[in-house]
Amino acid sequence: MSTFSTYQEVIKHTALSDEKYIVMTAENRAVVKELPPVLGNRFIDTGITEQTMIGMAAGLALRGRTPICHALAPFLIYRAYEFVRTDVGIAHLPVKLSAWIAGFLSDGNGPTHQAIEDVALMRTIPGMTVFCPSDHADMVAMLPEIWASPDPVYLRVNVRPDVYGKHTPFKTGVAEVISEGTDVTLLTYGMLLEETLKAAEILKNQGLSVGLLNMRSLKPVDEKAILKVAATSKLLVTVEDHFLTGGLYSIVAEVLLKNRTTANVLPISLNEKWFKPGLLSEVLAYEGFIGPQIAERVQQYVAAEVVG
Amino acid sequence: MTDAKHKELKDRAFAVREHIIRMSTDGGCFTGASLSCADLIVYLYSGYLNVNKDNLQDPQRDFLLLSKGHDVPALYGTFAELGWIEKDRLKNHLKSNDSIYWHPNKNIPGIEFHSGSLGHLPAVGLGIAMDNKLKGYNNKVVVITGDGELDEGSVWETLHVASAYKMNNLTIVVDRNHFQANVKTEDLIPLEPLADKFEAFGCVVKRIDGHDFAALDETFSQLPFHAEKPSVIIADTVRGKGLPSIEARADRWFCNFNAEEVESLMKELHGAATTTLTSETLTVR
Repeated sequence: MSTFSTYQEVIKHTALSDEKYIVMTAENRAVVKELPPVLGNRFIDTGITEQTMIGMAAGLALRGRTPICHALAPFLIYRAYEFVRTDVGIAHLPVKLSAWIAGFLSDGNGPTHQAIEDVALMRTIPGMTVFCPSDHADMVAMLPEIWASPDPVYLRVNVRPDVYGKHTPFKTGVAEVISEGTDVTLLTYGMLLEETLKAAEILKNQGLSVGLLNMRSLKPVDEKAILKVAATSKLLVTVEDHFLTGGLYSIVAEVLLKNRTTANVLPISLNEKWFKPGLLSEVLAYEGFIGPQIAERVQQYVAAEVVG
Repeated sequence: MTDAKHKELKDRAFAVREHIIRMSTDGGCFTGASLSCADLIVYLYSGYLNVNKDNLQDPQRDFLLLSKGHDVPALYGTFAELGWIEKDRLKNHLKSNDSIYWHPNKNIPGIEFHSGSLGHLPAVGLGIAMDNKLKGYNNKVVVITGDGELDEGSVWETLHVASAYKMNNLTIVVDRNHFQANVKTEDLIPLEPLADKFEAFGCVVKRIDGHDFAALDETFSQLPFHAEKPSVIIADTVRGKGLPSIEARADRWFCNFNAEEVESLMKELHGAATTTLTSETLTVR
């Protein structure tokens, strides 16, 4: 486990401990603002140039460096998508993409800033790995491992306060089992763990046996955990601030089909729509992602369907 | 440049052009663009760049990146002539048992990075040049771009950043053959005054005849042109150079000649009369 408590502390420690790390940003310094004087010329701000930053990161990685690149998620991987795919992906270079304000975290910015197809796009790139921590503590726990790996990494940065308090040690490709249940298992990732925890509590109080998985690592994904809950739970619910297409619901469907099995799966995601911009709390309530709303969706499904 | 050196380059360029013609059949290749930059590539690998088949892993070697990609037959031919790859291997062009296809890839010794999508390698080259600077190395990074490629905004974005970081160890060489894929640059998205544009982005520019080895030698020997700025060399070239029957023709960018045409073009390269071409022209590929 890391002895550091913030993203900035970990990146500072990581970069200072090994010259191979280069911290890059396309003029997005919010959480690396203390680094320029500390790292000197190993801190590279390319200005608002995501394509150049990623191409340059590929060149640096070709020479043995591990660049950690920062920008807002939509610009980092949509504006520069082809550079990520073509320069980082084809060459399988250890470029680490730290994407800010992915999912609902873009709150009031509007659809230009909504990275809600990021998991879909990143996981199609051969060799790319995808991580979505549920809070700051969850993220800090995974940083040493994912930055030390030889693989390209897409990270949904999440600096929200610890919502769980007792995260288990992180391992790539392993989901965190928060609880196990036979009636329903909620599968989620990223900042929605907070509301999903509340939903699980409500459902438990209503007498249901409720499981909850914090996926953490979307690629590689914990197939064993998915298959296990599909076999032991009457209903699976995927909760994600992502389009229905290509995210966790798709991943679960792929895993089940690959293993010639099926399950009752209720997706709670954004189906063919951008979300209504506003303060995060407003967004969550408007789009139906606060704990009681998630619990209600599950109850409606259970009441309407013959489950099990 | 000595007469002997000049002859060595000229002979090698002839041989490379022969390889290009032989690859322009059975599926074909981007003949026009390959011929326009053949002299440039032959010059760079014949002593100017500190890179050879024995130092390809040396971190202090010089780097050449072929950003426009589809002119890679010139690179294959040069590597074959220099003995980096077997000449026989060129017969594997477009065969699945090898990696000799229409764009560069790292399975060919000497190719530093893949390309094919335009406007990428200036940025990748900037990253390599930055690493050299961080390590205190003096090795050079040369990126060859097409002129049509300069339509891509990412080229200019990268020049902006390279200028800001005073990257005097990065050189962009434009193979100015005056054609996009299918039409003349100046008829579609005009580039001129091109040197002024590069200068406005903080580079120092020299413009030369890209088929004149003496001019190439004189110009490259002056690099870097400035202690705190990236250098740009605009090499004016002729698409299809060496084969009058396809020189500067809009419809002879990608060529897939039949066997008779290949034989006739081989003679044309060495001064015989122009070839009457009947093979289909593939202007869009």
